[in-house]
Amino acid sequence: MKVEAKMLLGLGLFFGIMCAVYWNWSLENAGGVMMFAGMLLCFLPGSYYYFWSRRMKARPEDDPNATQASGAGVVGSFPGTSIWPFTLGMGAFMVVLALVFGIWFLIPGLGLVAWALLGGTAEGRRGGKV
Amino acid sequence: MTDVLEHPLDVPEHGDGHLHDEHHGPSGLLKWITTTDHKIIGLSYTVTSVIMLVIGGLFAEIIRAQLATPNGTLVSLSQYNELFTMHGSVMIYLFAGPFAFAGLANIIVPIQIGAPDMAFPRLNALSYWLYLTGSITMLAGFFTAGGAANFGWVAYAPLSNSINTPGAGADLWIGGLLLTGFSAIFTGVNLCATIFYLRAPGMTMFRMPIFTWNMLVTGILILLAFPVLTAGLIMLYCDRHFGTHIYSVAGGGVPVLWQHIFWFWGHPEVYILALPFFGMVTEIIAVFSRKPVFGYKGMIFATLSIAALSLGVWAHHMFTTGVVLLPFFSIMSLLIAVPTGIKIFNWIGTMWRGEVWFSTAMLMALGFLVTFLIGGLTGIYLASPPLDFFTHDTYFVVAHFHSVVMALVLGGMGGLYYWGPKITGYLLNERIGKAQFWFLFIGTQVFTLPQYLLGLDGMPRRIAVYPRDPQWKMLNDWSSIGAAMIGLSTLLFVVNVAVSWKKYPAGDNPWDAQTLEWFTTSPPPHHNFYRLPQIRSERPTWDYNHPEHRSLAHGDHDDHGAQAPGETVPAP
Amino acid sequence: MEISTLPPQGVTTRTRRWRRLRKVVALPLAALALAGCTVPSFGAKQGATKTSRSTYHLWQGFSLGAAIIGGFVILLILYAVIRYRRKGDNIPRQSQYHLPLEMLYTVVPIIIVFGLFVATIVVENQVVADPKTNVTINVNAFQWGWKFSYPGTSAVVVGQTTQAPEMVMPVNTDVHINLTSTDVIHGFYVKEFNFSRYALPGIRNQFTLHAVQTGTFFGQCTQLCGLYHSLMYFKVKVVSPSQYATWIAGFTDATTAQAASKATSQQTSSLVPSKSTASSGAN
Repeated sequence: MKVEAKMLLGLGLFFGIMCAVYWNWSLENAGGVMMFAGMLLCFLPGSYYYFWSRRMKARPEDDPNATQASGAGVVGSFPGTSIWPFTLGMGAFMVVLALVFGIWFLIPGLGLVAWALLGGTAEGRRGGKV
Repeated sequence: MTDVLEHPLDVPEHGDGHLHDEHHGPSGLLKWITTTDHKIIGLSYTVTSVIMLVIGGLFAEIIRAQLATPNGTLVSLSQYNELFTMHGSVMIYLFAGPFAFAGLANIIVPIQIGAPDMAFPRLNALSYWLYLTGSITMLAGFFTAGGAANFGWVAYAPLSNSINTPGAGADLWIGGLLLTGFSAIFTGVNLCATIFYLRAPGMTMFRMPIFTWNMLVTGILILLAFPVLTAGLIMLYCDRHFGTHIYSVAGGGVPVLWQHIFWFWGHPEVYILALPFFGMVTEIIAVFSRKPVFGYKGMIFATLSIAALSLGVWAHHMFTTGVVLLPFFSIMSLLIAVPTGIKIFNWIGTMWRGEVWFSTAMLMALGFLVTFLIGGLTGIYLASPPLDFFTHDTYFVVAHFHSVVMALVLGGMGGLYYWGPKITGYLLNERIGKAQFWFLFIGTQVFTLPQYLLGLDGMPRRIAVYPRDPQWKMLNDWSSIGAAMIGLSTLLFVVNVAVSWKKYPAGDNPWDAQTLEWFTTSPPPHHNFYRLPQIRSERPTWDYNHPEHRSLAHGDHDDHGAQAPGETVPAP
Repeated sequence: MEISTLPPQGVTTRTRRWRRLRKVVALPLAALALAGCTVPSFGAKQGATKTSRSTYHLWQGFSLGAAIIGGFVILLILYAVIRYRRKGDNIPRQSQYHLPLEMLYTVVPIIIVFGLFVATIVVENQVVADPKTNVTINVNAFQWGWKFSYPGTSAVVVGQTTQAPEMVMPVNTDVHINLTSTDVIHGFYVKEFNFSRYALPGIRNQFTLHAVQTGTFFGQCTQLCGLYHSLMYFKVKVVSPSQYATWIAGFTDATTAQAASKATSQQTSSLVPSKSTASSGAN
């Protein structure tokens, strides 16, 4: 994960320098705060990947001489059909409509959101149903 | 049903090539609602965003009709404000972004890197539902008593507060953007996670296709920028309904703060829109010149530079406020021209000494190249504050961004012609495609070039009538002819889809293309690959098909590993 | 370019550096100006103020560069697609990088961009310069008209939409403008000054206009401000200093109040521009 780490840390460093120059030179705080936060956002995964890349051996996708056979086995868990994204989406839709049409929309909205979160988590743990 | 992928070919295949489990899943509407397959989700996004393109385009045609006379009465002043607000909003928030980073990217990125799906399939599906409901929410404004949002797609404070824009239309606009904003953020997460974690063996970072690289950088930009917009919108909603004074002078707030927050998102947003299309065009030009991408690492460096710089240029949209640091934003904005120029030269270098063939996709990519050059050059003027002072908020700016955006549309159409066969299994008719191209390309120039002149002659943007300046009518009419040609080209596209429906089977690799997605069937099977080739460069399919015309990437060893060139192994 | 007054604290190193830079850039800009009859206008106009002319020459310089670079790149594209169009089925040489060339087209644009930046800064400093002067106009934008008041006098001009109130100012004089808004953001734009600036609520934007030509110039609001944004017209009338003095003197408190009430009572709500009423003030 070295390339990923360097890319993110590099971006973060660039934002940091830009932030230092801008915040000092301008008379304006909002931009400075936003650029600073952008820098932190890049450093967060970047440093995580950096420290991991030093500890782990090359994954098959980081190995320029890997064979396809080296990637055999479990790739990951890919939930097939699931009703929960749709349910959560409809719940979020109703929550937003509550912002416009009245707080009573929050009842079905938050209800669907909670149901979807519970159902989706259970599905993930249990392995889901057909 | 959760698929844990473990030697799927151990499962007996049915004669029609589907794996056993698929026959017992849901079908019809229920299948669509519960799908987590990135190809179906991506296709849903693509179809929905093209419908948004048509809706936004209809608004545009009404706008052009209203501007046909200096004192047009086709629509009222208030309706006109709604029209251009929703035209911009639909085109940017609901068409261009989703088409680019969630439509084609959803379908293509996993198969370009040899992954079975996106990293978080259910989150992917959620993104689509948030996008669909967000679009409906925003457009629902038209059905409210006060009409849709009418404060411009940028919703500057204090115009967007509850005193100046009461009514549900504005709140529906804000709500719609909250939904689509989260949709985009989740897609950004999915893009980055998929590209970081699900590449096939041998597909190192510097062997990924340029389209995938661009999507990775787009994903990072989404994560950096969209939360800022979402926060700004929530604050706007609070100002409108909870009595806060964040953006209003009365309570000690600062209206210009909205502009800082909005444009801090707004400028990376235009690169979020552009980078995917840059990636599409890169792939198309390489394939139809029968050469590798020229300056592969330079392209990546340019893309990263654009992303890095884009976070530091937002206030070039605010030069005329008088309260921003002009020199800083000027030099940063001028510098973005440099990586863009590198890309243009690399595209030319890809064609140089190649064998260029003019399929519809390639024509669209060339149209993109010329149009983006024009739009990009006019952008350089806008990076200079003195020049921006007299072009800001005039039709010069309108022409600039329409040049650039129409270039992206050309690139997007190229993407559809190029990857359409991979996604659907059928080619589109080339002759109708070429007709579409000529109407789109020429229409774009006829549409934008008069607007540059109108802006220089002082025509402001967002005006419904121009009674004092009847001399602007002629250029407006030329521009409207161009707009009509663009509309006609869109119609031709729809005709092409209808006429070519299931007519010309494509096969795995109709273009003799280079990247990994062309190795699998058209359309790809469930979980994308039956077999994967050895990956030793950024062009694994090309290396497999043309081993004698391989190119050596930087620093690669000429090491064929345990497999002879051309051999494949079943997908893990 | 001369500055009429030195900054009160003397000439700083920064000022010296900009002056030296100005001399370096002034020469090519001046050459461009001298060649003004042969350099095309590229759509812009030299305008009626001192800084509108510098802006115009900057525009010409940028346009020349854009035309040359754009033309060169388009020629390259055309050459590539014509010369290297497919002639058969052979696969061309798979070249994919050329470091010296790539370095060249990275470094040269950076140099060009810095040149553009320096030229920009020179003109920008002229445009934003705001020297002390004794002619000041307070410009107040509101939904949907303009109010021009002249502090220290009784002169006030106000009008809505197509009444197009007229801001009178003297020629060949630095006129200091204080620009603000009483409600939403508006844009103060005069095409022939090659200039615009936002009128922001709660903020006083200050800049200087120095007209070098008499005449009446049209202005309009350029920042979306609601329903009548399209019709928020105004005019700027540049007159000789003596005419200006006469005009100012013609204002008494009575005429000011009368003009103000006339303006607010005439609401424009149709799309048809109203007949040009005697816009309050201009004699």
